[in-house]
Amino acid sequence: MKLTGAQIFFECLKKEDVKVIFGYPGGAVLDIYHEMRNHDIRHILVRHEQGATHMADGYARATGKVGVCLVTSGPGATNTVTGIATAYMDSIPIVVFTGQVPTPLIGNDAFQEVDIVGITRPCTKHNYLVKDVRDLARIIAEAFYLARSGRPGPVLVDLPKDVIQGETEFRYPKKLNLRGYKPNLEAHPKQIERAGKAILSAKRPVIYAGGGVISSSASSLLHELATMLQIPVTTTLMGLGGFPAVLEKDQGTQELHPLWLGMLGMHGTFRANMAVSNCDVLIAIGARFDDRVTGKLSEFAPKAKIIHVDVDPTSISKNVPVHIPIVGDCKDALKKFIEFFKSEKLGDIAKKRDSWLSRINEWKKTYPLAYEERNDVIKPQFVVEKIYELTRGKAIISTEVGQNQMWVAQYYHFTKPRTLLTSGGLGTMGYGFPAAIGAQVAFPDKIVFDVAGDGSIQMNIQEMTTAVTNNLPVKIAILNNSYLGMVRQWQELFYERNYCATCLSGSPDFVKLAEAYGAVGFRATKPDEVEPIIKKALETDKPVIMDFVVEPEEGVYPMVPAGKAITEMLLV
Amino acid sequence: MKKKNDKDLRHTLGILVENQPGVLSRVAGLFSGRGFNIESLTVAETADPNISRITLVTIGDERIVEQIVKQLNKLINVIKVIDFTSTDFVNREMALIKVKADAETRAEVLRISDIFRGKVVDVSPHSYTIEVTGNEDKIGAIMNLLKQIGIIEVVRTGKAAISRGKK
Repeated sequence: MKLTGAQIFFECLKKEDVKVIFGYPGGAVLDIYHEMRNHDIRHILVRHEQGATHMADGYARATGKVGVCLVTSGPGATNTVTGIATAYMDSIPIVVFTGQVPTPLIGNDAFQEVDIVGITRPCTKHNYLVKDVRDLARIIAEAFYLARSGRPGPVLVDLPKDVIQGETEFRYPKKLNLRGYKPNLEAHPKQIERAGKAILSAKRPVIYAGGGVISSSASSLLHELATMLQIPVTTTLMGLGGFPAVLEKDQGTQELHPLWLGMLGMHGTFRANMAVSNCDVLIAIGARFDDRVTGKLSEFAPKAKIIHVDVDPTSISKNVPVHIPIVGDCKDALKKFIEFFKSEKLGDIAKKRDSWLSRINEWKKTYPLAYEERNDVIKPQFVVEKIYELTRGKAIISTEVGQNQMWVAQYYHFTKPRTLLTSGGLGTMGYGFPAAIGAQVAFPDKIVFDVAGDGSIQMNIQEMTTAVTNNLPVKIAILNNSYLGMVRQWQELFYERNYCATCLSGSPDFVKLAEAYGAVGFRATKPDEVEPIIKKALETDKPVIMDFVVEPEEGVYPMVPAGKAITEMLLV
Repeated sequence: MKKKNDKDLRHTLGILVENQPGVLSRVAGLFSGRGFNIESLTVAETADPNISRITLVTIGDERIVEQIVKQLNKLINVIKVIDFTSTDFVNREMALIKVKADAETRAEVLRISDIFRGKVVDVSPHSYTIEVTGNEDKIGAIMNLLKQIGIIEVVRTGKAAISRGKK
């Protein structure tokens, strides 16, 4: 029996076990929307296509599955670009379906025509223009496979209207033939052995883990390895949650995991940056030596032999020369490491590590993360600490980009993977709220918080309608300082306090705004109002905006000025 | 120690790709997007019509070229990348050179062309067009000689490279 392209589209999604798509209709995809009534799939109608991509991305980060969006041609397609680039930089598996004008019109500057395959070529893992309905099923199968395998990433499939309307036999390929794509998942045992020996002879080892640990579901193995060898762990922003900042038994206390260094880099902790700068073996796992992590390259981990595990060979020795490269999936490499060390005589590892760990502890005591506590004005860090206290271990936290993001990274102690959704690589303001919606769609019963700034929340606030109409009770905590806080901080430190274009006076009344959307709004202006409002928000089964009016000129510290070595931290 | 010049940093890459629309743009886009150089580039179908072969000459130190090769391999449509530089290979390019040829110089142009085993492929009252094949040095040499007579126009194909057969 022949099926139309639109029917094949849904059959393929069924084969890929897609339960939900985030989308926005338009002329070029009307046949797909028309066919939707015959299929058991949830469609979340967004209010802007950028929102759809971030929701699919948040869904993917929270679940580990591939997120899916569907938009129309032209502006519908171009609106997805920021979301696609966000997913690309952070290696998040999403598949974006865009409508396209009918194939005979392609290239004629037709109404709502844009070369979206050309536009997204550098920010997708791969993309396709389907020119023949007979290729449709194979291409969709390839798109999903490419999105989730190897180093994951976004894949775009452009669907001309006549292809969707065309008919052919439906056959879903069982085996894909991608001769140019063979991700190397298995870590080479010889390299593991070489690295293992280097680790055994190390006196001051540090593990530097990134988002790869989370995307390969290797966080429990990472914990096993770190505790087995008593190696302290720092993570990148993307790696937060990949190692428990707090041990489960210590959840009630403020005790941090004894091996936890906190995040490293530009706004990393003093101890993490000092540990990396003084270590003799650095074990990088699923991280890519981003400039926000390394600071001045020539002074990054200068005393260390560097071991680097990554599934993507291009990440290895791209920025920092690596002594022992290991291409492979983090999970496979960690498993092999653990096997290797099980067969070795480790001796009294606690004693061996004693002096290194106590040195780190000294750094921790000298310069802990701290801010000046006040009882007349709300400190933004205090809000994040309260959110942590009231949700610990149970919430999914998304952030926008800027100070709000860094305070979450510093003061919210993540203990589980896939509980932080944040735009690390691209730094997309407006990411957090739609991403939180995507996560809430996947986990309707979980607490999902978006920690936002008053600037970034206005970049995708239109999705409040999506949250309200779909009963997605996302909680937004706006750290409202009436500034583009991080940019202001740079102006304060490096541009003569010339606050050009960073003052955001004139923002709407966020409480009224929430109410106008049919959500709930609260405001706090005093520190003692913070906790009651968070509690009230947690008891509300609707989306909530909490407008925390905070200290306007608070800064994020420590801070490494761009281009400086990560030991050159500005402290409070 | 002798300072490395551009020629030492020059690498010739053979890139086998799926013969599909947009593939060349992916390869070229990778170079421009990541700030790598393209000195020359040729592309055509191989014996297998589903596969095309790109020969690309680029400039960069070992680390950059290693990154280029890895990034090329990462493209889904790229099947194989060969860096010829440290291997034994044959490379050729073809040039079509239109050169001034009047009563006085016609004979000299023909002589030069013969020395380089060139072929005259077009004749007009005032010009010859010469087809010549060879490695970069040879093309450079004939061009230098013909320049003195007067080159009107040159079209070069860029380098094509193939590894030598096993002995």
